[in-house]
Amino acid sequence: MRGKVAFIGAADTEVGKLPGRTPMELCAEAALKAIADAGLKKSDVDGLLSCSAMAQPLMYPAEALAEYLQMFPRYCMAVGAGGGTTFSAIHHAASAIVTGMADVIVVAMADSMRSGLTRDQAMQVQASTGHPEFEQPYGPTVPAYYALIAQAHMAEFGTTSEQLAGIAVACREHACLNPAAQMRDPMTVEDVVSSRMIADPLHLLDCSLVSDGGSAVVLCSAERAAELRNDPVYLLGAGEGHTHEHISAAHSLTTSAAKAAGERAYQMAGLGPQDMSFAQLYDCFTPTVLVELEDLGFCAKGEGGAFVDSGALKPGGSLPVNTHGGLLSHSHPGNPGSMFALTESIWQLRHAAGERQVANAQHGLVHAQGGIMSSHTALVLSRDGG
Amino acid sequence: MSEPQMNKLLPPETEVSRPFWDACKQGELQLQQCQSCDRLQFYPRTICSHCGGRELLWRPVSGRGKLASYTIVQRGISRAYEAPYYVVLVDLEEGVRMMSSLVECEPGAAEVGAKVEVLFQDWGEGHVLPVFRLRDE
Repeated sequence: MRGKVAFIGAADTEVGKLPGRTPMELCAEAALKAIADAGLKKSDVDGLLSCSAMAQPLMYPAEALAEYLQMFPRYCMAVGAGGGTTFSAIHHAASAIVTGMADVIVVAMADSMRSGLTRDQAMQVQASTGHPEFEQPYGPTVPAYYALIAQAHMAEFGTTSEQLAGIAVACREHACLNPAAQMRDPMTVEDVVSSRMIADPLHLLDCSLVSDGGSAVVLCSAERAAELRNDPVYLLGAGEGHTHEHISAAHSLTTSAAKAAGERAYQMAGLGPQDMSFAQLYDCFTPTVLVELEDLGFCAKGEGGAFVDSGALKPGGSLPVNTHGGLLSHSHPGNPGSMFALTESIWQLRHAAGERQVANAQHGLVHAQGGIMSSHTALVLSRDGG
Repeated sequence: MSEPQMNKLLPPETEVSRPFWDACKQGELQLQQCQSCDRLQFYPRTICSHCGGRELLWRPVSGRGKLASYTIVQRGISRAYEAPYYVVLVDLEEGVRMMSSLVECEPGAAEVGAKVEVLFQDWGEGHVLPVFRLRDE
């Protein structure tokens, strides 16, 4: 699969608070914008992947999107892997192109977690996470699951709340450079650690946003991409790892299947963490970034906190992380959240990211996880098709 | 979506898990043990998740363990859960991990690695759940 598939279109809708706009409307807008960005018409598209929206649950979300847009693909599927949905879908789409199931595939996702759910519905969504029989009765919230990971990392390696906060601050510094980001007010470590405690040791500002928004990309073969535009972004590596669904069944709280996913993606790409110009890491809560930095090989196990302290993650750092602002400061509309990390990576590798452009970006790693550090997918993207 | 949860969430028992819950009502923690490989497993399953063995017998365990991790939820999942409350992962002496609550514990007293022991709490509608408290030694 290495270098055989390329991204030729990318588009986001507005993000944040978009009352009165349904996930379907946002998804359709993103899809059409991405197709236009690729210089194509919707009749050129023969594959469509999407995911279900919590604010508009549908049995067949991809088929419903095709119907809404009056598209008639020969490959059409919804993917469901929580936050990992985005890159699992990309992995599927790339495989479908390589095997000839489709030639031009749109991956489009949207949700309205901010405006489309009542407060009580949102709490119900939270309550439905976790094992129904052996976890949910104890009342864990989504932040609580990730707090268990953070607490374990702190106990094992001496990681501090300030180091976790440093991750949120780095994401905010990137967001300050991104006009599309939902949260652009400057923020300090002190702001994070003095914000309201949600689930020890996670404060409010360790938690990602709740947003409305949609995003889409267009993929095709590398040969076709070269005919269509002069700056395709190539998929050099893809890898997944799956170890559990429920956190109580995880074999380790501080090492995740991001390690296996990363190793598989790097191996396919023939590149390593040292080759990455930036990384977009799944940041629903700050401790996920900490564990992912280690598991994806950017620093040694247990040294994530010190790596954050070094300033590496910030704009101009040795490994800028979440250059659009991430789920923590750009937006988090639920399962589609990582789509924005992908479109951002495409713009970075086209050298079209404006004020936040990572100088001379060549290769980038994007990673997402779903469940509670359960399903991981890592992708290596490049300007160079190899 | 249903109405806001006014009662605590109750475990949906199955035929396979019922002996676990019945034992809790008797004040005893029991786990499945595989008769082929001797391993204990949690949560209950129709097969041994290690060797695939199908003969699983219920065995009482000590109810003692250590905190693998913990958090204090400051905003409850529903009005039925009065915050702050602990959500913990317990590693039992017999080698399995389970999620639970820590009770009779002031905020600040718990730490990863702390020794705990099981007790049983009425969860409503006849359900009894295993919870844990810190154990002196």
